[in-house]
Amino acid sequence: MSSEKAMSSGKKSGGIFRNMTDTNLLLTITIVIFFVMYIGAMIFQGGAFLKPQAFLNILNSQAALIITACGMSIVMITGGIDISVGGVVALVSMSCAVYLDFQGGNVFGALLIALGIGLAFGIIQGALVAYLDIQPFIVTLAGMFFARGMTTIVHTEPFNVTNEQFVALKNTRITIPGLGSMSKNGTYVDAYIEIGVVVALLTVAIFFCVLRWTKLGRRFYAVGGNSQSALMLGINVRRTKFYSHLICGLLAGIGGFIYFLHIGSGSPSHASGMEMNAIASSIIGGTMLTGGVGNIIGTLFGVLSLSTIQNIVSSAGLGEAWWTGITIAGMLCLFLVIQSVVMARKKKALKS
Amino acid sequence: MQKIEKKKASPMEVMKKILGRQIFIPIAALLLLVLFNLIVDPSFFAVVMKTNSAGNPVLTGNLITILDNGSELAILAIGMTLVTAAAGGQDISVGAGIAISGSVMLRVLCGTNPKPEAIQAPIIVAFLVGCLAAMLCGAFNGALVAYFKIQPMVATLILYTAGRSIAAWVNHNQLPIVPPGSFSYFGGVIPGIPIPTPFFIAIGCMILIALVLKFTTLGLYTQSVGINESSSRLNGLNPILIKFLAFVILGICVAVAGLIKVSRFSTINYSVIAKDIEMDAILAVALGGNALSGGKFNIAASILGAYVIQFLTTTLYKFNVRSDALPAYKAVVVIVLVVASAPRVREYLNGLKKKMIQNPSRKEVG
Repeated sequence: MSSEKAMSSGKKSGGIFRNMTDTNLLLTITIVIFFVMYIGAMIFQGGAFLKPQAFLNILNSQAALIITACGMSIVMITGGIDISVGGVVALVSMSCAVYLDFQGGNVFGALLIALGIGLAFGIIQGALVAYLDIQPFIVTLAGMFFARGMTTIVHTEPFNVTNEQFVALKNTRITIPGLGSMSKNGTYVDAYIEIGVVVALLTVAIFFCVLRWTKLGRRFYAVGGNSQSALMLGINVRRTKFYSHLICGLLAGIGGFIYFLHIGSGSPSHASGMEMNAIASSIIGGTMLTGGVGNIIGTLFGVLSLSTIQNIVSSAGLGEAWWTGITIAGMLCLFLVIQSVVMARKKKALKS
Repeated sequence: MQKIEKKKASPMEVMKKILGRQIFIPIAALLLLVLFNLIVDPSFFAVVMKTNSAGNPVLTGNLITILDNGSELAILAIGMTLVTAAAGGQDISVGAGIAISGSVMLRVLCGTNPKPEAIQAPIIVAFLVGCLAAMLCGAFNGALVAYFKIQPMVATLILYTAGRSIAAWVNHNQLPIVPPGSFSYFGGVIPGIPIPTPFFIAIGCMILIALVLKFTTLGLYTQSVGINESSSRLNGLNPILIKFLAFVILGICVAVAGLIKVSRFSTINYSVIAKDIEMDAILAVALGGNALSGGKFNIAASILGAYVIQFLTTTLYKFNVRSDALPAYKAVVVIVLVVASAPRVREYLNGLKKKMIQNPSRKEVG
């Protein structure tokens, strides 16, 4: 009996699986789990989670991660990996901080520095990976080491930036009408987002369109899915790989600037472990490390899920620092196993 | 005439053979570093007999430091090479694994009291329990990789994020201190023997793995699974078991490295212990010329690669490079080495060489 049931359910789900691409299937799982988690938190923990500002604060604090994770997803879709992004973010924020405070620079110059550093990393790593056939892991590992080392060479001590122009920009808040809430004093507080969030959402929108509707975007998927057949189809595989690293480097630069804008200081220990968070959110968002499967919207939800679970853990009273690490790892494990099981079942369903 | 021609050709062929050997890359890197140090400051290689604070005669010098501090990396490189070869990916949780196994060892040694007067359990028991913990971590990674077919880097990302938290949780975030005694021998020196113990432990591990590879089919099976998983399955091997085994063996290596690390300080710092050692271990494998995508491997080359990295670190320290700026220099050296050994660059250089050799002969003909 039970085996018959399993068979029939397998057939049914096989039907659903067949009509979906890998990308959409994993994306759906991610979005559903995120909403279940957030609504669950609203119901069982209430309090802060009921205020819209709580959600916007997640966006505010994770804007930089969203941007860098977008770049990471593109590289992963193309079949590579970039673990230098955390280092680049730290280097960018430190360089900008030093430029603004010690060199008396302006914000525009700092932005140029950020873009320059990101582009330089992207171009060099992309060239080494694409045109010299060196493994992306090794190249970007060296990139990470280099960026981390350079950060301490630029300046050793952490410090806060006091540049007026910059502080004004940092404190710029975009209020969102209609989402405010009553504070404890009974005054009405507007809900707000920072500039970084706008940039992050724009990035997500742009690269969602690029991946879905442009030649370059489709080439990323083709190269990641099977570089051999992409080559046969006349796609310039090397150039595509190069572009993926270039975009990732550039986005790491932008992400670094946004991170700097949010945190307002330079420190060698900034953004430590950010590369792993970016990889984790890409994976939770349904991007596969083997390449060819992934979605930028999924990455956005990956970042949101990651920080939601952090918030849930800390507001559930599990204050000890180790719980955050353990729960994130547990969640990553859960998503990975779900992905693996789903893909295995899909393969079976397609075969039969 | 012919004989002379043959003789002329043979050194070239020998050169080609040497250049083609996998172990050539780390040896060349090592020679380069040795040469650099010889030119800049020959006193780098001085080894002096001194007495340490406990009154034991100890050999000191940069070479001894390299052999001493490189041991953990060399031991990890053994396991990492096997995992790389079998699974075609790397384990990035070894640093976290060291933290876990070290924490477990301290827990067994010290019991519930963080500062005991005497150790609460024999060292061998502590090591075995720590070993078991590390093997469990390896088994967890191995199960995810082999059974669930998750890419190794992603699967080990889980323990990478959780490992240090788990290590802190094992000891309730306390920092137990092992009372002075024989436990410090593993990371220091045994009285009467002037060479640091970690070196002997590393040698022991190397001999053990050499024997295993010599007398079992593990090496052959690992290579075949790494080169083509489905064809080795069709030939009657069990790829799941082989991959799983590779991760468990890495777990044992992690436990041994953890023992040395913890023993060096007699205590543990969860967030700092063995930090970034996974990156160094992967670099050692890559420097050894092993393909990071799996398949053929050469453990001796990886071990040599580990010592090259330690040599580089020690050299940089000698030039007063700050420890936090160290990675930048390391990265440059690594990139140079990797670019020089990249197949495409080698082909290009070989092409240049041929042109250089051909051109003069053409001129002579002309």
